[in-house]
Amino acid sequence: MGAGRLYVAVAAGGFRRYATYRAATAAGVFTNTVFGLILVYTYRALWDQRPHLGGWDQSQVVTYVWVGQAFLSTLAIGGGGVENELMERIRTGDVAIDLCRPADLQLWWLATDLGRAFFQLLGRGAVPFLFGALCFPVYLPTDAGTWIAFFVAVLLAMLVGFGIRYLVALSAFWLLDGTGVTQMAWLAGFFCSGMLLPLNVFPGTLGEVVRALPWSSLLQAPAQILLGHADPLGTYAFQGAWAVALLGAGRLVQSAATRRVVVQGG
Amino acid sequence: MIAGMWVRSTMAYRASFVMTTFGNFAATMLDFVGIMLMFSRVNALGGWSLPEVAFLYGLSGLAFGLADLVIGSMERLGRRVRDGTLDTLLVRPAPVLAQVAADQFALRRLGRVVQGALVLGWSLPRVDVDWTPLKLLLMPVMVVSGCGIFCAVFVAGAAFQFLAQDASEVQNAFTYGGTTLLQYPPTVFAKELVRGVTFVLPLAFVNWLPATYVLGRPYPLGLPGWVAFAPPLVAVGCCALAGLSWRAGLRSYRSTGS
Repeated sequence: MGAGRLYVAVAAGGFRRYATYRAATAAGVFTNTVFGLILVYTYRALWDQRPHLGGWDQSQVVTYVWVGQAFLSTLAIGGGGVENELMERIRTGDVAIDLCRPADLQLWWLATDLGRAFFQLLGRGAVPFLFGALCFPVYLPTDAGTWIAFFVAVLLAMLVGFGIRYLVALSAFWLLDGTGVTQMAWLAGFFCSGMLLPLNVFPGTLGEVVRALPWSSLLQAPAQILLGHADPLGTYAFQGAWAVALLGAGRLVQSAATRRVVVQGG
Repeated sequence: MIAGMWVRSTMAYRASFVMTTFGNFAATMLDFVGIMLMFSRVNALGGWSLPEVAFLYGLSGLAFGLADLVIGSMERLGRRVRDGTLDTLLVRPAPVLAQVAADQFALRRLGRVVQGALVLGWSLPRVDVDWTPLKLLLMPVMVVSGCGIFCAVFVAGAAFQFLAQDASEVQNAFTYGGTTLLQYPPTVFAKELVRGVTFVLPLAFVNWLPATYVLGRPYPLGLPGWVAFAPPLVAVGCCALAGLSWRAGLRSYRSTGS
């Protein structure tokens, strides 16, 4: 089997595995919809006071909210992707088995996570987004080009998201208990990705800093393309640079970990 | 006793306890940072000023934090039903509800309580209120009844998990979603939504209705003034209903047998 086909199979496995949790998916859809509703009303109150805040009108903000709810679990912005499982495997020592496989550790987990992300996008993201689009006046681009550009940005966001979470997971080689790191990653992810408040609303220097950090590739960057507020090529360059940097760092840390760290016995 | 056991077990890793408590504090603080960022761009949200929103936020956070501390472990029930470990609790000579509540009792959830209390404390000298004995008395009543209402939501959610074992996230929509909703003024939301959380799932009694009285604002939905004093009754009613649904849920429980 060619290497490419192996990883496609792994990704398909990831997709199917998450597809089996039907009740959990339905529950997640419900929860995302409720939180989306609350956010829509609060953001609309904000934009009532300051129309055109951040260059958006009301319908664009509403679209942003539902994109955010669709991406929350797709990109595991608050955590909850494959990194939890990898951390557990590192803690128990099962990761030794993964290292013996004739596949690259990072690519293996990337493939699993992409499979998971695609399922979450279809299974958990699409329904709240459709609900939002049907119940509220939303801004949606009418040309196919913008949609394609948007989905390319979503793919790059998946890579960046995995890059961040892979580094979080690898910290378990040294720390064993990843609770603290996971929590910090959750806080940073929520604050810096624009889940808490769109990044174009952040004031002054704080805004400039958060918009330059990797998390802005996750939600803000694809959303800006969808809302017609960003040049796709510039956005791809930004996301791509972060993806390369993070995945490269993941590779370095991984080789350091497998060379020096003693795997836990069971 | 079970709660004490869990406290002792977490205290075995003091550094981890401090970190996770701080983490809980920071995680809930983040919501408020979001609100402050909004107010860096506007002076009022839905016609309410920052201290007034902080007043709502603190009350909601405090009531929810206390409920979460007492009974927040309920969300783990789904897993126990699924993997059959609930059976262990059924054979012990103690009420199952108390055992589930004390299961994984986490003192680190104090972080949320402290954060709510701090925000409330910050808002109190800044809101424009003519304090009367009645208003002062209403403050602790609000926190206790609010805690009761949230406890009822947790228990009802747990009862639902007997039916839908894999769907613990639905509970999050009502618990975490509920407290997030109450952090913002009722004027922000659509009338139907306000009606829903007043008459169907009476979360509005946690802070919206009593707080409008304290702040001297017009009542949402044109409700009469006395509803500000209804929270204790509503809390008792909710707890009774939640208790009944818990019993029904427990009766319908069939072990996985594994």
